[in-house]
Amino acid sequence: MIELENVTKIYRMGKVYIQALNGVSLTIEKGDMVAIVGASGSGKSTLMNVIGFLDKLTSGQYVFNGTDVSQFNDNQLAVMRNREIGFVFQDYNLLSRATAVANVELPLIYSGVQRKRNRALDALERVGLAARANHKPTELSGGEQQRVAIARALVNNPAIVLADEPTGNLDSAVTQEIMSIFRELNDEGITVVMVTHEMDIAAKANRTIRLLDGQIVSDEKTGDKTK
Amino acid sequence: MKLIEFFGIAIKSILATKLRSALTMLGMIIGVGAVIILMSVGAGLQNMITYTFEELGSNLLFVQPSNPEAPGLAGLAPGYATASLTLDDARAIGDLHSVKAVVPANENFVKLVAGNEDTLGVIHGSTPAYLELYGFDMEAGQFITEVNVARRDMVVVLGSKIAEDLFGNSTEAIGQQVKIREKRFTVIGVMEPRGLSMMGFSWDELIVVPMTAYQVRLFSQKTPSGEDAVQSISVQVADGWTLEDATEDIENILRKRHRIADDEDADFSVISPEQLLGSFETITIALTVFLGLIGSISLIVGSIGIMNIMLVSVTERTREIGLRKAIGAKRVDILVQFLLEASVLSLSGGAIGLIGAWLMAWGISQVDLGGFTLNAEVSPVIVVVAILVSVFIGLASGIYPAMRAARFNPIDALHYG
Repeated sequence: MIELENVTKIYRMGKVYIQALNGVSLTIEKGDMVAIVGASGSGKSTLMNVIGFLDKLTSGQYVFNGTDVSQFNDNQLAVMRNREIGFVFQDYNLLSRATAVANVELPLIYSGVQRKRNRALDALERVGLAARANHKPTELSGGEQQRVAIARALVNNPAIVLADEPTGNLDSAVTQEIMSIFRELNDEGITVVMVTHEMDIAAKANRTIRLLDGQIVSDEKTGDKTK
Repeated sequence: MKLIEFFGIAIKSILATKLRSALTMLGMIIGVGAVIILMSVGAGLQNMITYTFEELGSNLLFVQPSNPEAPGLAGLAPGYATASLTLDDARAIGDLHSVKAVVPANENFVKLVAGNEDTLGVIHGSTPAYLELYGFDMEAGQFITEVNVARRDMVVVLGSKIAEDLFGNSTEAIGQQVKIREKRFTVIGVMEPRGLSMMGFSWDELIVVPMTAYQVRLFSQKTPSGEDAVQSISVQVADGWTLEDATEDIENILRKRHRIADDEDADFSVISPEQLLGSFETITIALTVFLGLIGSISLIVGSIGIMNIMLVSVTERTREIGLRKAIGAKRVDILVQFLLEASVLSLSGGAIGLIGAWLMAWGISQVDLGGFTLNAEVSPVIVVVAILVSVFIGLASGIYPAMRAARFNPIDALHYG
């Protein structure tokens, strides 16, 4: 469903140009669970931003579900993010003054969906947090906050969940819980792509793509699919 | 409806920072309030002046001495104009076909003494036509007559308040003596109570004596040729004649009598209330606009306050904006969200200012300004304009912060701070 062909991304920081991606070609199938690993500055976050329609390519081609999205404008990309992608961030990015359920409803506002509350509650149910729907993020633990964020990523039934260091702020017990949620989602057929620098997290994925200096240096099956 | 959602978001984020929002609104409250109060006071002033002239009637002209050398209305100022009119001038005007009635009047301020009582009043020296032209009715006794005028009789007609102050009631007053400037006058009549004029003086504190008695016994003022002077002549235009016809006739006859050539400036002026009203209106409109402009300064300050706080808010919520974009908000969604927030701030501030100003205008209208009140009314037009201006200010001061927010790059915004 995701086909990247010789993708480059060059940032300009002041007078310096930074080549974050340098000819990346990659195919991710529907239902895959992929870990993108690499050192800081290897381009793994950039790759995820490109896949998640947050960033435009400098050159190359991006075909999503058979559609070439390389030249999409900002509004088209916003629609793609809303419909096809669920983001999970390292620091959750919840709105602190809104309740859990209101946070989960957020993407639905931009898709113009009616009956948002029900769908948001369903999504919270899926991550086992229905009981905490009316709590504000400050009243939730880190693991619970991340589960709210996952519910928010799921609420619009996306094709892909993109997670950027989803367990970076969590202790190992909670990390296990969050990872098992991702596994369950993957088992339900949702494509999961996550960026991490922790190898044991990457080991939970079916496939690990290693980046170095904006290039893919290895791409191997990590057959932990045995359950 | 997305717009309703965004409206809810705006309300929530305004309520999330209550003190800050309240202080921001305060700028708008003061701005809108100031503009409305100042404009409604201006409008009240204008109403008052218009009403005063309407009260006088629409078929009246006034003839007054004028200084031909002084510019515009300044020539009519008593200090600049030489006394030039006489009782004979008034009679000559009264003989014109286009004139129905003519009332010469001299005016001064006097102390009246009767026994142990004394009071202050405005004295008018005039003629019998005064009664009808100014629309008085007699409560007791009779008004001055042509005979009184011809004989310079020392008789006086009192306003009801004066009669009451000096003698207790009007019937008591008839036949009594009143001392004015140490001269004894006999009360021959009392006029019916009439209340206040819009100009702020009381009709009931007037007294009227025969013009000749006023000129000879009380306040002597001579024209350059040595005749007894008349301060002003009120002229009622005859039915079927226009003010312009009468004005022309009066000017012709007075020029002839004063021996002034057609191309010379006259030593008198014929003024119509409309003409005076026009110049007063120009003044009050200018005043209203001026007051409005002063108020607008606080509106501008208020709008700068909103822009400032919106910029702070946008910066503080950079991550929120980044998140919203990441989950599918388009530029226009973010733009509308922040524009709505600015507008809600501005509009609610404006609405509170409007209510406050309305209350204050009501309060001002209740104040007795020495016998009259200024009817400072908040007209529906002002209300509509205030609301539109508030919304406009919200949009104008919100557009720049909102555009900044809308242009944020979601990746940078997500990692802000």
